[in-house]
Amino acid sequence: MQSPAPAPAASDPSKAPGRPARTLGQRAAFEKPQRITRGATGSQTPHQDLYGTITPADLHFERHHAGVPEIDPRSYSLLIHGMVERPMMFTLADLKRFPSVSRVCFLECSGNFNRAAPPETTPQQLAGMTSQSEWTGVMLSTLFREVGARPQATWFLAEGHDAALLARSIPVEKAFDDAMIAYAQNGEAIRPEQGYPARLLLPGWEGNSNVKWIRRIELSDRPFMTREETSKYTDPLANDTARIFSFVMDARSLITYPAYPVTLTRGWVEINGIAWSGYGKIQRVDVSTDAGRSWASAKLQEPVLPKAHTRFRHLWKWDGGEAIVLSRAVDETGYVQPPRAELLKTRGPGAANYHLNPVTGWLVRSDGAVVYNQEAWG
Amino acid sequence: MIAIVACAIAAFAAQTPQMPATLGIGRPAMPAEISAWDIDVRPDGVGLPPGRGAVTEGETIYAARCASCHGKTGKEGPNDRLVGREPGDAFPFGRDPQRPKTIGSYWPYATTVFDYIRRAMPPNAPGSLQSGEIYGLVAYLLFLNDLIPADAVMDATSLPKVVMPARDRFVPDPRGGPKSVNPRSRP
Repeated sequence: MQSPAPAPAASDPSKAPGRPARTLGQRAAFEKPQRITRGATGSQTPHQDLYGTITPADLHFERHHAGVPEIDPRSYSLLIHGMVERPMMFTLADLKRFPSVSRVCFLECSGNFNRAAPPETTPQQLAGMTSQSEWTGVMLSTLFREVGARPQATWFLAEGHDAALLARSIPVEKAFDDAMIAYAQNGEAIRPEQGYPARLLLPGWEGNSNVKWIRRIELSDRPFMTREETSKYTDPLANDTARIFSFVMDARSLITYPAYPVTLTRGWVEINGIAWSGYGKIQRVDVSTDAGRSWASAKLQEPVLPKAHTRFRHLWKWDGGEAIVLSRAVDETGYVQPPRAELLKTRGPGAANYHLNPVTGWLVRSDGAVVYNQEAWG
Repeated sequence: MIAIVACAIAAFAAQTPQMPATLGIGRPAMPAEISAWDIDVRPDGVGLPPGRGAVTEGETIYAARCASCHGKTGKEGPNDRLVGREPGDAFPFGRDPQRPKTIGSYWPYATTVFDYIRRAMPPNAPGSLQSGEIYGLVAYLLFLNDLIPADAVMDATSLPKVVMPARDRFVPDPRGGPKSVNPRSRP
């Protein structure tokens, strides 16, 4: 939320006609929000530049395992086979003929945390691997009825058409709960980085299981144990085991203002940010301006949607003293976003960078400079 | 009469068509179409293709196609380290983030190595290796991890029988599930 630099004293827009209509809109020339790329395989959403809860599609985070494929929608097909009565092929046009649904939900990479974040860390760098869209598509349950999913089928393999043929095993239960095959994002066709022309959408579940560019679904009575779900997206614990199939993204919150690199001036400050939970609705967000000694309930922007970024706001009068501002999400299951020490106790210092959702915040120095409230991981 | 008409209109307005069992959209998938795409391999060996490969064959292919990213012996990188066991096949990864998660130390199923190479390796030419070449590569990588002897041959029968040191280290996620959403006290 940085204000654009004041224009040089010059043009008065009321003294000359503006430009004519055009076929495609674009941002005001003063606004230049950008993703930050992380190598070739990912990019992060600039939370500090956004308002409300919908992420503009061109600022949605990316994560891919073998680049973004270019898929011609005219040759696209989705195959559903395995433990079904009728193995079937669906073209993109077929998918769009089915009864459609739209829903708003967040997506988040399970590795959306930087343990080693220095004080000079922006919200984008700390948690830029979550974004939110309105998705439109067909319920996976509709397609599973069409092919006649057998009752013995308990898992399905979802496979993308990228150069990694990325594949994940998903419990069939999720298909009959709220899974979708989505072909639209924020009112238009899905962006290539988000899975054009169609992707699996598993509301609330870790990003990589929402297989993009999906071309094949195979129903089975057991998981397939792909490389991603065994050697990669598993979570080692302090007790010499590792969690497998840890799908759900737990409740988390992120203050997006004030945050590095903002400098505050004394007076009223509206602390605001986003909170989300893969288990359902955000019930409450607590904000502390005294390093966690006391907490107040922030205002939640309605409507609060399940498995969705929820904007919270809290008015605070900054008196010029050093302060640590923190936020803590509570979801409708009663789960409270844990402090770092509590998370460490279970996960251990060697925990993979997955499913880390500790309470975080920002240090306001007495000169008004705001930096990330750095805490050593372990 | 008026009341009857009004009722009829109300009934008409409230009608919502029932969702039929199937909508007749899409077409049957042909067996050849399915087999062309159905490349997954399960831990029980289902999905493994015919063919076989020996450790020595895999060594040659590894040197040509894999060593530049994974190192001469699978330990040198620069990309993922593939080879190495933990002393006593311990599983210290939650305690020590520096421990490399190799095939021999972390991968729970040998079949996954075949499945992954067939999907995605090498990154500059995925899908270019033949089944026999993949069996050979898998054999060589398992040999380098001290899991099979130097004269071993991998095929659809022998590969699923290789027991990996990490097989029993993976535990279900206790945080809750899609239908068991409960208040949780542990992270």
